[in-house]
Amino acid sequence: MVNINELEAKAKIIRADVIKSLAEAGSGHLGGSLGLSDVFVSLYFHILSHKPSKPDWENRDRLILSIGHVAPVFYASLAHAGYFPVSELMTLRKLGSRLQGHPGKEHGLPGIELSAGSLGQGLSVAVGLALGAKADKKTWRVYSIHGDGELQEGSIWEAAMSAAHYKLDNLTALVDRNNVQIDGKTSDVMEIEPLADKWKAFGWNVLHCNGNNIKEIIQTYEKAKMHKGSPSVIIAKTKMGKGVKSIEADYTWHGKPPKIEQVESFLKELE
Amino acid sequence: MNYKPTRLGFGEGLKEIAVKNKNIVALGAADITSSVSVDLFADAFPERFYSLGIAEQNIMGVAAGLAMAGKIPFVATYGVFAALRTTDQIRISICYNNLPVKIGGAHAGISVGPDGATHQALEDIAVMRVLPNMTILSPCDATQAKLAVIAAVEQVPGPCYIRFGREAVPDFTSPELPFMVGKAQIMREGNDVSILSTGHLTFEALEAAKILANKGINARVINFHTIKPIDENLIIKTAEKTGAIVTCEEHQIFGGFGSAVTEVLAKNYPVPVEFIGMNDKFGESGQPEELMQKYGMKADTIIKAVEKVLIRK
Ligand SMILES: [Mg+2]
Repeated sequence: MVNINELEAKAKIIRADVIKSLAEAGSGHLGGSLGLSDVFVSLYFHILSHKPSKPDWENRDRLILSIGHVAPVFYASLAHAGYFPVSELMTLRKLGSRLQGHPGKEHGLPGIELSAGSLGQGLSVAVGLALGAKADKKTWRVYSIHGDGELQEGSIWEAAMSAAHYKLDNLTALVDRNNVQIDGKTSDVMEIEPLADKWKAFGWNVLHCNGNNIKEIIQTYEKAKMHKGSPSVIIAKTKMGKGVKSIEADYTWHGKPPKIEQVESFLKELE
Repeated sequence: MNYKPTRLGFGEGLKEIAVKNKNIVALGAADITSSVSVDLFADAFPERFYSLGIAEQNIMGVAAGLAMAGKIPFVATYGVFAALRTTDQIRISICYNNLPVKIGGAHAGISVGPDGATHQALEDIAVMRVLPNMTILSPCDATQAKLAVIAAVEQVPGPCYIRFGREAVPDFTSPELPFMVGKAQIMREGNDVSILSTGHLTFEALEAAKILANKGINARVINFHTIKPIDENLIIKTAEKTGAIVTCEEHQIFGGFGSAVTEVLAKNYPVPVEFIGMNDKFGESGQPEELMQKYGMKADTIIKAVEKVLIRK
């Protein structure tokens, strides 16, 4: 049985590390990392089949982070799952660090499947992985994480078309639907609605959840796992900056870090 | 002389190596599976062939994912799409991740002919050359194209771009001529000047050398089937030996094979160089032979370039 309280506590710790590591780095994207903390906790502490002590374990599920800019929450989740020491989070974005601004495998951080960060590429890679798994009758699954602004990239829809064409039911994509991107509201910058209809029209099984509710996230991922015959996408409604009330849903917090002097009050707001 | 398009050599090589190596898969792009000779593979191994439609950005990412799943994916499409439309996908998903994706850049050069400028890849070497982890092969005929495909699997652990052409060109090399990635081949000895060539222009370079011999000029002809990593050693040695160089490629002069050669020379042993290639222009429609003539990529232009560089020697 999954202990939701425990996972929620974990999410709090991860949010705190996101805030601290970004303040220490002095640059990076805070809002998205906080908004996705519950999704990452659900994945790394319940959904994913993986072995942190054996990152290359053949039968592990593959997680493709297409939006490399939320690396802070990805790293914090990997560290707390046991891939590397939590203390290393404070080297984020520094020269010589394994924690690159956007995930870069060649720097040796365990747990990274794909070096990524140029938007619009991750879904294609996830499709390739899922095709490879099917070809060799592997049971591991492929998960990908996308931003809502990222869906403005045309290559996402090329990939979506191909995933449905090959009936990749071993692939579950998740869209971080926080309605904002760096320049402002997605509806102002470039409308992506009707979003569920778009995915449906491309042949996907579309699921919805509150992306800041761990219980719902887990249930929705379980549903996706059961679905056969087509790939699934979860449109997860999240709040950018979730957990720190004073910055929640404020798009100006997409692309900047907290100042050192803000850390204390932000951490207090998490409580 | 037997004439054969290098794309056929590519297709034959792919089919042959795929028998040996079960991890090889092929991805069909942009409705041109048969024109890039991947149909040979698709017919032989339908379960290892993935059709992905006219969506080149996606195909490169899918290839990266398949490589992560343990496959050796071959993607072949026209060089203009392979190298240019998908540069960012190749840069990040393939090269930054150092994955063994093998990219066939077909219809390279102006000899594509009547299709005109949009489909004549003249910039692909320049763009692929600046990507870390990328290896670039550019075989000189169909026989060598086949060997290049096999070498791309057996000798190159990471990403590889293989350049080949549409037109039937002289198939003049022996299948016994060893293909070592990174090692250029001396095709004809000479002391007065070196003609360094890549792709099917090597045949023109040899023709030029024959005519030059009648004029008392002994040209050494070296074929570079590998553009990256470039054979620095042989470039330096041949500069020392002959003191003058002409480079030949069916590609833009800026950033191409000739540029790669002169980077080595400038640093190690500067000698006068003349360049045969496209001089900062787009191509146009016409018969391949007419275009090669018009844009100065035939033996007669190579001879003129040799005479010019010798004045500066
Ligand atoms: Mg967003």
